[in-house]
Amino acid sequence: MYDPKHWSGMAKRRWAMTVDLARCTGCSACVTACYSENNIPTVGAPHQGRALGPGFPDSHWDTRPGANIVKGREMSWMRIERYFEGGEGNETTFDGSFETRFTPMLCQHCGNAPCEPVCPVYATYHSPDGLNVQVYNRCVGTRYCSNACPYKVRYFNWFGFGEPARRQYAFPEPLNWQLNPDVTVRGKGVMEKCTFCVQRIREAEHRAKLEGREVRADEFTVACAQACPSRAITFGDAADPAWTVAKLAQDRRAYHVFEELNTFTAVVYLKKVNHPGGSVIASGAAPAGETR
Amino acid sequence: MAARDYDKDGVPYRTNIASADIPLPAVTDYGQVDREIAGTLTPSFGWFGALGVAVLLFLWGAGVWTYQIYWGLGNAGYAPPVMWGVYIITFVFWVGIGHAGTLISAILYLFRAGFRTTIYRCAEAMTVFAVMTAGLFPIIHIGRPWKFFWLIPYPNWRLIWPQFKSPLVWDVFAILTYLTISSTFLYVGLIPDIATLRDRERNPVRKQILAVLSFGWRNSDREWRNFTRAYLFLAAFSTPLVLSVHSVVSFDFAMALAPGWHTTIFPPYFVAGAIFSGIGMVFTIIIPIRRFFHLQHYVTLNVIDAAAKLCLFTSMVVGCAYIMEFWVAWYSGNAVEQDYFWNRVFGQWWWAAWIMLICNCILPLSLFSQKLRRNTIWLFGLSLFINLGMWFERFVIVVPSLSHEYEPWQWTHYAPSWVDISLLVGSFGWFFMWFLLFIKQLPVIAISEVKEIVPPKMLHAHGGHGAHAVPVTAHGAASQGGAH
Repeated sequence: MYDPKHWSGMAKRRWAMTVDLARCTGCSACVTACYSENNIPTVGAPHQGRALGPGFPDSHWDTRPGANIVKGREMSWMRIERYFEGGEGNETTFDGSFETRFTPMLCQHCGNAPCEPVCPVYATYHSPDGLNVQVYNRCVGTRYCSNACPYKVRYFNWFGFGEPARRQYAFPEPLNWQLNPDVTVRGKGVMEKCTFCVQRIREAEHRAKLEGREVRADEFTVACAQACPSRAITFGDAADPAWTVAKLAQDRRAYHVFEELNTFTAVVYLKKVNHPGGSVIASGAAPAGETR
Repeated sequence: MAARDYDKDGVPYRTNIASADIPLPAVTDYGQVDREIAGTLTPSFGWFGALGVAVLLFLWGAGVWTYQIYWGLGNAGYAPPVMWGVYIITFVFWVGIGHAGTLISAILYLFRAGFRTTIYRCAEAMTVFAVMTAGLFPIIHIGRPWKFFWLIPYPNWRLIWPQFKSPLVWDVFAILTYLTISSTFLYVGLIPDIATLRDRERNPVRKQILAVLSFGWRNSDREWRNFTRAYLFLAAFSTPLVLSVHSVVSFDFAMALAPGWHTTIFPPYFVAGAIFSGIGMVFTIIIPIRRFFHLQHYVTLNVIDAAAKLCLFTSMVVGCAYIMEFWVAWYSGNAVEQDYFWNRVFGQWWWAAWIMLICNCILPLSLFSQKLRRNTIWLFGLSLFINLGMWFERFVIVVPSLSHEYEPWQWTHYAPSWVDISLLVGSFGWFFMWFLLFIKQLPVIAISEVKEIVPPKMLHAHGGHGAHAVPVTAHGAASQGGAH
């Protein structure tokens, strides 16, 4: 949980997120919203793989569709992880214990981030309002931050996905028209990751400043939270009790992923509570209490 | 019994060789030393052929690197989250190679281990070129290699400094320090030998160059006094680097949070592995050199035998470290760590782990046999397996950890691409290009130090100065050798 007394709680605000796994249907609307909000390149087209250079136009060296996907180079800053439980040993006819669980995984904006101290050039650092910031211009691409990250939510530009002159360019006409002008397009050789839609945070702060007031609770939200049809994702300032996220983060179902690593994450997951003996409706039993 | 006292070169051997005192019975006078060692500097067709191959491999690697810089690192085999691959493995491999050179030239010098005398020059040159090779790989590895200088704390008007908490910045300091000290140490040790070459040189241009390089060495008592002081100082200065440089390299892994990396055993484990791999490389280099240059009576079987014992010892230290890693993983009770180690040896990466274990721990046990320690064919073959095994040790450290971390969703596989392999091969071309150029320009065995262990001819018996006449006379031939 966010601890204002902890050393990482330096500033007035602590941007945070809750993800209610009981509400998540795994529809991936958040992933799509993230792609379009943050100009994330798609990497699966045949021309985006490697080939033997401009002198070898007909080369089929790893220009199969999805060559980069097979190598795990998808850039989705947010991904839906699926984990299956139960039904073991009987994979064709699942019994009642079989279940699929979804975990939307994104940068956890750790208060004690393992990625930050390892970057030799300060390309990733901690902002005073709790964001784990990635400075694309400063990044030299050592990829050490990704090795240190236990959540594996950092993505590298293996090719010039954002550079129009390159064959790997991810936004050829007309896709370039959907690029978000508030967000940069990254060049090759740099690391990128979820920013907590920092452009939206700054926009809200600037608007509030122009209007001579504080940012109001739940005044704005991030792209994934905005797109979520079941409202599983809530974003806001966990240090200010007026925000919804601050209340949700106190929920009894709340937990942090890999809490034992002392990363003090800003993303709080609300556990999906299962009732023993299958569906509540089917069994007609009263809802079970806290099972955590 | 008598037949066992001498080997086929007429060099006496004992069942247990004291490494402190290794005589060279087939080397009788200073003129012979000058003649035979300086004689190795004449180029041969075989040398030109080897150099040609090395340069070709280097050019291939350089071309492929250019290609990779132009298109992007996606041409290498990286499969996230395996974000480090062949380049970091090869970086650690080459840094490790360097360590045996400094161990042999500096630490064994301080410990007065006699067997170092005829192999240290070769090992020290290997160190310098290995560090030069290693230093390229972090640059090859990064996404924007043209910005590599951002890792160096240089003054700039934006007042941005590197992140001093990052082990990669420590690496920059460690590698640059190591390169500076080891090349200085190599060069200082060469000065009397360069003077010998100067005195033998007939070409006036080359003679002038050698005169400058030898700082006008005049072979005076005062020069020798300063030289031996400086050499001792540099040896003492290099000694901690043998331990510190690879400790810092190990921090690249130990400071990160990945299972299998985040352990305190890494610094000693890496240092032992580095020395072990370096001795393997010394054998790979010195055995062909002593054969093709006919230096068997300098690099005697006793020398090889003593070095092989060091190899055996470090092999067992490395083996002990492997066992400790497994034991600690089990004892920690950390499920992620245990799962990772199981996966390393019996799961996805079993083949890499067993190449490592067989080459580094099992095959070197053959060196318990003195017969095999003195069999150069066996040692040469074994040294190739050690090189292979130590490359795979770094593979086993880097890749399986990243491919099997905390996040089951992000478990993956990794395979190098042709670009990775080309740059690995190109690095060998680059290394051997420098080494081959070195052995035809400068003596591969330290002429002046060999003269110290050859009994001097007592031409001038000075009754009053008997106590220190011997060392002075011994060095005295360093530049007078030109008379022959």
